[in-house]
Amino acid sequence: MKTRKTRSMATAIAAATLSLSLAACGSSGPADTGGGNGETTMWSLTGGPEPVYEASVERWNENNPEQPMSVSFFANDAYKNKIRSALGAGQGPTFIFGWGGGVLESYVETNKVMDLTGFLENNPDVKDRFLPSVLENGVVDGKNYALPNNSTQPKVLYHNKQLFEEIGAQPPETWDELMALVPRFEEAGIAPISLGGQSKWTNLMWMEYLVDRIGGPEVFDRIAANEPGAWSDPAVIEALTKIQDLVEAGGFIDGFSSIAADSGADVAPLYTGKAAMLLQGSWVYTDMKTAAPEFVESGDLGWSKFPAVKSGEGHPDNIVGNPSNFWSINADGSGAQKETAKGYLKDTLFDETYIQEIIETGAVPPVKGIEDELQESPDSDFLTFAYEMAQEAPTFQLSWDQALSPGQADTMLTNLDLIFLGEITPKQFTETMNGTIEQGAGQ
Amino acid sequence: MSTHIGSRRARHTAGPSGWMAVPALLFFLVFAIIPLGGVVLLSFSNWNGLGAITWAGLASWTEILTSPVTINALVVTAKVIVYSFLVQTPISMLLGVFIAGSQKYRALLAVLYFVPLLLSSAAVAIAYKALLDPNFGLAQGLNIPALAQNWLGNPDLALFVVIFVIAWQFVPFHTLIYQGGVRQIPASLYEAAEIDGAGRIKQFFHITLPQLKYTIITSSTLMVVGSLAYFDLVFVLTGGGPGYSTRILPLHMYLTGFEANAMGAASALAVILVVIGLTLALVLQRLGGKDRSASQLEGL
Repeated sequence: MKTRKTRSMATAIAAATLSLSLAACGSSGPADTGGGNGETTMWSLTGGPEPVYEASVERWNENNPEQPMSVSFFANDAYKNKIRSALGAGQGPTFIFGWGGGVLESYVETNKVMDLTGFLENNPDVKDRFLPSVLENGVVDGKNYALPNNSTQPKVLYHNKQLFEEIGAQPPETWDELMALVPRFEEAGIAPISLGGQSKWTNLMWMEYLVDRIGGPEVFDRIAANEPGAWSDPAVIEALTKIQDLVEAGGFIDGFSSIAADSGADVAPLYTGKAAMLLQGSWVYTDMKTAAPEFVESGDLGWSKFPAVKSGEGHPDNIVGNPSNFWSINADGSGAQKETAKGYLKDTLFDETYIQEIIETGAVPPVKGIEDELQESPDSDFLTFAYEMAQEAPTFQLSWDQALSPGQADTMLTNLDLIFLGEITPKQFTETMNGTIEQGAGQ
Repeated sequence: MSTHIGSRRARHTAGPSGWMAVPALLFFLVFAIIPLGGVVLLSFSNWNGLGAITWAGLASWTEILTSPVTINALVVTAKVIVYSFLVQTPISMLLGVFIAGSQKYRALLAVLYFVPLLLSSAAVAIAYKALLDPNFGLAQGLNIPALAQNWLGNPDLALFVVIFVIAWQFVPFHTLIYQGGVRQIPASLYEAAEIDGAGRIKQFFHITLPQLKYTIITSSTLMVVGSLAYFDLVFVLTGGGPGYSTRILPLHMYLTGFEANAMGAASALAVILVVIGLTLALVLQRLGGKDRSASQLEGL
């Protein structure tokens, strides 16, 4: 009897560890790619400008054989888990790839990244290279901790010119114009706006722009600063109400909450003529060039800034998106590694070849004075538009899910999903989000 | 006295030495018990994965237990367990009985049934996500507009889609278990029943089903406890959405730990998962009856 009991107990424990083993996933740190001593290392993401980083490291190694560097690439989600556990364990690389925002702040709080303010003061030409609105996103408490490393990615309202011609309309310049277009496209059997709602962060673009247009960038500045009650700003309520009105009016394509953006299923309706507009990052331009080259080349793809909101306080030139990705330097690195890193930032990051190669990938480097280079690109129209957008923008706001603490971002995205589904009211949303601020302050 | 000692010696020499269990126990200690203890300790701490681990007392526990998201995750998990059991058990039992037969074509069918088992959960999830896309999915490919539902975006539908995909992936596994169980039933039982004039349906309910008692318990234990670990599939397929409608407990634990970086709260959730898993497994074992050595084949 007793053995039987222990046996079933053992079975149960074994079964339970099955579910427990989950707790271990994602925490596997790297074995030997990082480290406090030895070679200077760089961790970055696969895809996009991967070859540009690689070539730049090769150039550095050729010119500085006595200060060798190596670069490793990881998939996005895998990297996010790895870098955190690696830094926590003191095994991080010298160059830390990042997005700025809440995560950078947590690195600064735990003294994981080097203060680069002094370095930039001693090397004004380095500081002067970058667009100020972009460089600003690497600043925490008035000090520079991160420098841009790839391209600037504003969020843009794309449209299908052919579909606009069909109903004889122009791309909307104001929110009222946008709302007026909805029934007209519907009558013509065209979905007004495509949206990859299943991915959640796609919904966020609408909220980011609307809050900015209605209340100006200060509204989110207060939210990001965790001021109590900051989410209850009337601009937030109005933005959410406008979103629900747009959903109600049938503005978004049928079944939008089943469409996943990671497979490009939100972009496809635009180039297949099913939907007239799409609010997405400038990076989907490259995706469209790959998926539907004839659509892009025929000139049917149009783009514009997000519409203005009548009597809104935000400047219609303000943009949201990813100002850039960034390099931070590991504060735990050895003196030699830090010297190598500074040398690379000074000589190789965004040298002429680097800039040229980034432009060739169909992206816009966040540096000053590259109008001529962009003109020569086959994608000059779009690239110049995106560059001027970034240059002229009074503010370039980092995507909120990156700017906030990861816990808040998760709650925000899920509750915004509920707003789009019409399951909660704007007031319920702001109450829930204010709750995350109180929690944050209590910790 | 001397006989007592003698008998103990005899028992020692007769069975395998207890020392042979040491490697397995050591593994169990290092990979199960110690991490479990670590998780329990972490659940009383505050840690974002980067800085120092600080003592938090019961803060994570009160936060978790009062959060509507956790309560919702528990409800969704319970639904997944119950529906998975209700959907998967009859299907896999019938399929198992069917492919346990000896006809030639059944071997071929059996091989085809097992294909989903060979695919990784992430691949299954990505494939279904593409198939269920309302604009470019199966509906479009087969030209059946009725299939163009808001499958993954409608909070009332998404959970059932998840349960369906889980069943699609795991029914083959349980079919395999049932097939093995059915093949062990002595043919003489059926022959006797046939002589007594029992039809196919009667044979199933009076011979096959009772004979499969322990197979059912094994399969159900794996099914129910496995439901607590369906993480990868749901994570890739829906990410817990729309809203919170498919955020099951293991997924909630992952998102809390590795997306929100609240390791204390995630550990508390892990402890809850372990307790639920243990309880369910124990209850299911109990269902086997007290006297598990009782013969099922009396009179043979």
